[in-house]
Amino acid sequence: MLNYTFNWSIITSGQYFDWLVTGLLTTLKLSAVSIVLAFVLGLLIAVMRMAHNRPVRWFAHAYLEFFRNTPLLVQIFFWYFGSYKILPTFINDWLNETGFEFAAAAIALTIYTSAFIAEDIRSGVLSIPKEQMEAARSAGFSYLRSMQYIILPQAIRITIPPLVNQFLNVAKNSSLAMTIGVMEMTYQARQVESYTFRGFEAFTAATVVYLALSIVITALVNIYNEKVLMAHKAA
Amino acid sequence: MITFKGVHKWFKKLHVLNDINLHITPGEVLVVCGPSGSGKSTLIRTINQLEPINDGSLIVDGMDLSDKKTDINKLRAEVGFVFQQFNLYPHLSVIGNITLAPIKIRNIPKKEAEEQAMALLTRVGLAEKRDAYPLQLSGGQQQRVAIARALAMKPRIMLFDEPTSALDPEMIGEVLAVMKDLALSGMTMLVVTHEMGFAREVAHRVVFMDNGVILEEAPPEDFFMRPQHERAKQFLRQLLTPMQCECP
Ligand SMILES: Nc1ncnc2c1ncn2[C@@H]1O[C@H](COP(=O)(O)OP(=O)(O)OP(=O)(O)O)[C@@H](O)[C@H]1O
Ligand SMILES: [Mg+2]
Repeated sequence: MLNYTFNWSIITSGQYFDWLVTGLLTTLKLSAVSIVLAFVLGLLIAVMRMAHNRPVRWFAHAYLEFFRNTPLLVQIFFWYFGSYKILPTFINDWLNETGFEFAAAAIALTIYTSAFIAEDIRSGVLSIPKEQMEAARSAGFSYLRSMQYIILPQAIRITIPPLVNQFLNVAKNSSLAMTIGVMEMTYQARQVESYTFRGFEAFTAATVVYLALSIVITALVNIYNEKVLMAHKAA
Repeated sequence: MITFKGVHKWFKKLHVLNDINLHITPGEVLVVCGPSGSGKSTLIRTINQLEPINDGSLIVDGMDLSDKKTDINKLRAEVGFVFQQFNLYPHLSVIGNITLAPIKIRNIPKKEAEEQAMALLTRVGLAEKRDAYPLQLSGGQQQRVAIARALAMKPRIMLFDEPTSALDPEMIGEVLAVMKDLALSGMTMLVVTHEMGFAREVAHRVVFMDNGVILEEAPPEDFFMRPQHERAKQFLRQLLTPMQCECP
């Protein structure tokens, strides 16, 4: 190892570079699909978690506890190996054509992340003064309409920084998808390593990309915090 | 227009409304006063069922509030409520605050709702603030927008819970002027307030509450000149002396 000579050129151009770029694109695509779906699902679960109807509330509570407290890898395996058995054939056929690994990983990431997002949204909602709900209700809005037009728009604004952190988590967690064969960033780094025995370079490149992603997004959140939230407060 | 018959309300063991009987006719302006904790807010909040009643009957604009079949959201759309702390929606502009309910509940087209909102803003003297956000306005301005927001639903009844108590003294007048204008236009109004000048000038009747009970119910001149109960006399003395010199 002491005599190891670095060879960065292998991964900065040519075929292996292309592999890594495709991997990055798959990571971004998987993360983007998952975070968008997780947001929609998380919103739904958050509203259910605060519903007046007890069974609905309990269902949401069980959902949250279950999916937050089971390892993501197990969930990925569950959807990959398990859903094959429970889903109808025509869905399986369709999934096989579109890439079953990707779909299973996206489903697992979506559901896992939605549980965290639901909790973020719920604490955003709890931080809105109860007088806002009173004002909305006394204008004649139903509970759900009050949520839709008055409470959630305010809560989600507060929730944007934690939501972006969830996006970063998804981007990092998506590397687990390599275990079922999704050709994302980490998978491709692994590929480069096995073809070239240049593991150090390949994984350094992957690390740098994950890190860069984090830094850029964190910087964006900080700017948002300063510009938007502070301006909102100062006004 | 509003009829309370033997209404009771408890918060756990606390008896906050005790056998309330009260009838308010259309176009009447009723001022509710009384010491802190006497149940004034609870009383007017029962009218749009922000607080449900536990016993007795309450009929508002022909709708029976003890009847489960009454559409509570429909009732609330007919009754405007103005809060002590304004409670404007901070994420919406002034015009957005005023038009939200007319557009979403009454299904009025946006353009028409905005025209009506502008007419109301002009009426409360804030036409130039249409695009401002609530937190950019003074308390007095926010309260006038809140009144315009309530009026945008074309309510048949307006309820005010201490609308000027959170305001700096120099802003009280502008809000009372809007309320007076509204009273003169024939609106049915219930106003919880300690502004005795407003009560004297605008109210048709004053109700004095103590400990969840309506102790006195009289035209303003009688209430102020000839209060019957010792509690009311005491309340008026306290209100007229310290309040006037405590102003910063
Ligand atoms: N949600 C609630 N839960 C429990 N007790 C309450 C609740 N709201 C009010 N109370 C109590 O009921 C009593 C009457 O309250 P209410 O707010 O109607 O009084 P008020 O006359 O409006 O007083 P103030 O002048 O201070 O506004 C008070 O003792 C109060 O502490
Ligand atoms: Mg009160």
